[in-house]
Amino acid sequence: MEKLMEISHVSYSYHTLEGETPALTNINFTVHKGDFLSIVGPSGCGKSTLLSLLTGLIEPEHGSILLYGQKLFEKGRGTIGYMLQHDHLFEWRTIEKNVLLGLEIQNRLTPENQEKVMDMLKRYGLYKFKDARPSQLSGGMRQRAALIRTLALEPELLLLDEPFSALDYQTRLTVGDDIGSIIKKEQKTAILVTHDLSEAVSLGNQILVLSKRPATIKSIVPINFSDTMTPLQRRNAPEFKDYFNTIWKELNSDD
Amino acid sequence: MTEISLAQQNFLLAQKRHKRSVRTSRLCIFLLFFGLWEVASQSGLIDSFIFSSPSKLFLCAYGMILDHTLFTNIGITLFETIVSFLLVIFFALFITIILWFNKHISETLEPYLVVLNSLPKSALAPLLIVWLGANYNTIIITGMSVAIFGSILSLYNSFQSVDTEKVKLIYTLGGNKFHALTKVVLPSSLPSLFSIMKVNIGLCLVGVIIGEFIAARAGLGYLIIYGSQVFKLDWVILSIAILCIIAIALYQAIAIAEKYCLKHH
Repeated sequence: MEKLMEISHVSYSYHTLEGETPALTNINFTVHKGDFLSIVGPSGCGKSTLLSLLTGLIEPEHGSILLYGQKLFEKGRGTIGYMLQHDHLFEWRTIEKNVLLGLEIQNRLTPENQEKVMDMLKRYGLYKFKDARPSQLSGGMRQRAALIRTLALEPELLLLDEPFSALDYQTRLTVGDDIGSIIKKEQKTAILVTHDLSEAVSLGNQILVLSKRPATIKSIVPINFSDTMTPLQRRNAPEFKDYFNTIWKELNSDD
Repeated sequence: MTEISLAQQNFLLAQKRHKRSVRTSRLCIFLLFFGLWEVASQSGLIDSFIFSSPSKLFLCAYGMILDHTLFTNIGITLFETIVSFLLVIFFALFITIILWFNKHISETLEPYLVVLNSLPKSALAPLLIVWLGANYNTIIITGMSVAIFGSILSLYNSFQSVDTEKVKLIYTLGGNKFHALTKVVLPSSLPSLFSIMKVNIGLCLVGVIIGEFIAARAGLGYLIIYGSQVFKLDWVILSIAILCIIAIALYQAIAIAEKYCLKHH
């Protein structure tokens, strides 16, 4: 498979007047096209910092992040889709205007692009809400709209920063299923950051386990389910709990 | 149409009755005040030369309409107030945007803005008149000086309180700081802009009246000062009553604009 992104020897620290806080030390991994990588780690270990680095919002202090062999920082912004914890749909825009926001910012509001987005709205059951305001939609629909807003830019890589954490448990399962299958259907490469292990296992084909801060990679666990399984079906598969336990042990081992 | 239950009907009726009784009470206070005032001055309980009376005010207003002085004076005060209000909003927005773009400028200027905001601006008015002369410009600037610094501070605060995650979203979509301003910061500050406007219109009126007290040869502030000097207290009280009406009207105008904008935006 083609190498999409290569992260080598990346370190990052936060600087305040009180001193320096190392957040990440020596992170190495590679993302191939079509991968679904889940990143898990104890809370506050620097997962969000890692995502900010991967989007090109901040620059690594040491090491390099290459997208198709080219340096990511600055240039890569906008080619990498980033889905934040909350949907952040703007109440002063209709759903249609919200999902077109990225194209509008990048001056790519061509009729073809707009049509593509409208097709996505139709495919994922939001077309009849295109003139509605975000507050008129359910949590799951809002999250789907946020995903379409991200996909509208046709990103090479999709980063998901605990995108389901603001939802209640039941919605979370269905939205996870939903979003997982949309990403598969659109054949996107994705990185999911979460603290929910079962979510990580149900969606990913590789799990990256981070240590406590300053985060390093403890291990990378490959996940093998049949390709046709949905996240919900995975949750019911017999291997599911084995993977869960492996990752649980990795997370809590002290070395 | 669904049928309305008896309990719901009773509830609606009670609400209606409550609203009506509030409205009636308000009207009663209004009528009682003017009624008592009129009776007291007619019966000689208060000196109508000093305290005037509704009927005298009415006659006074009628006389001033006939010799065209009333509407000219109202017009001048209204014009000065609206111009200074519009200038305040324009400059406050402009300066706040600069402050928002440049952290160095905003941090440098902060103490100065705080001092200027806490300064009683009426103290500046005599100085402005000496510097700029007794004309409309001076009065408009006096009106602005009362409102502008507070507006900048409140507006800057509301710019700062915009959800940083929303701004981050703009950056992840490939936008820059200018996009953050136009797509997130300005739209989400619109409600606070309107509440700042509501405060400002009153402050501008205060500033304009202060300016007219000192520098004008026309306007309601001038009528108040001149009337008190020549003991034409009808003029003074009539002007004050008109100021009340202007204040309400301007405030309502902004409230209506707010309703319209926030609905269609």
